[in-house]
Amino acid sequence: MAGKEYVCVMKLHSEVPEDKVTKVLDEFQGPLYQRPPVRSSVKRQLRTRTIYYIDFFEMDERNVLFKVGCEAGTYIRKLCYDVGEVLGCGAHMQELRRTRVGPFVEDKSLVTLHDLSYLFSQWQETKDESMLRKFVYPMEKALELMPKIHVRDSAVDALCHGAHLTAPGVLSLDAGIKIGDTVAVFTQKGEAVTMSKAFVSSEKMLKMDHGFVAKTQRVLMPRGMYPKMWRSNK
Amino acid sequence: MQRTNEPWKIKRSLVVKAEEETDMRFGHRPEERPIKEHMRFGIINLDKPAGPSSHEVTAWLKRILSLERAGHGGTLEA
Repeated sequence: MAGKEYVCVMKLHSEVPEDKVTKVLDEFQGPLYQRPPVRSSVKRQLRTRTIYYIDFFEMDERNVLFKVGCEAGTYIRKLCYDVGEVLGCGAHMQELRRTRVGPFVEDKSLVTLHDLSYLFSQWQETKDESMLRKFVYPMEKALELMPKIHVRDSAVDALCHGAHLTAPGVLSLDAGIKIGDTVAVFTQKGEAVTMSKAFVSSEKMLKMDHGFVAKTQRVLMPRGMYPKMWRSNK
Repeated sequence: MQRTNEPWKIKRSLVVKAEEETDMRFGHRPEERPIKEHMRFGIINLDKPAGPSSHEVTAWLKRILSLERAGHGGTLEA
């Protein structure tokens, strides 16, 4: 699952010296236990989540501004509450903005609904699609951070029909794939075909000449884009 | 505690197992996808205003871009 980054305003319930706040925030970096809050969309059982970093920006009386990078499924509301408990004064989350989801960050790719509405009408009027393409990315953008496998043209349509990837279909792959990792399967043109679960490690995959190497979990490409190269009984 | 390496900074390296030419008669490079297909399978990095829900915004977007289907990558469930 995709890592997240947020900018957060935490409200302390009484005034605390800045050095104490920064020290406690530092302590929250690393793995921690969290039980999802009462109002949450997941089962409320204790689980571990990793806070990759907390960058303190500034504080003004009882408001604390910081940036936090964390694993998917980390509750920032809970983090603020827990920081308040450790500080002894209590605290709650005042404001939150997500600044990263996996490969998506606040950069030139960011677009507002107003922009999109304008870009779309411009495209309809002028038939010039270049501006629209600056802000609408191919789905492959979402897979940027995943380990990749590139396959032969002849393997593509079978994968689109849900077949598992076999060793002879593999042309190249990222090093370091472990059993059970979710991988993105691509054509040689760089089109996403499936998301799959590796049956074997990268090293093993390189040596294999037959057999399944990855289990198809999500098909991303429509069927029939590539020719059917597989035999069926009929 | 120390900072942990962020997963989005992981560097990967591709290893080649076999080589083969791709047939240009089939498929398209992602950036050369015909616009209709591109819009159908496109993804945007939306600066969502506070207030309306992700669900509502997705519905508006679907109408603005006259799409058959639209979805979002997860709500901000703090």
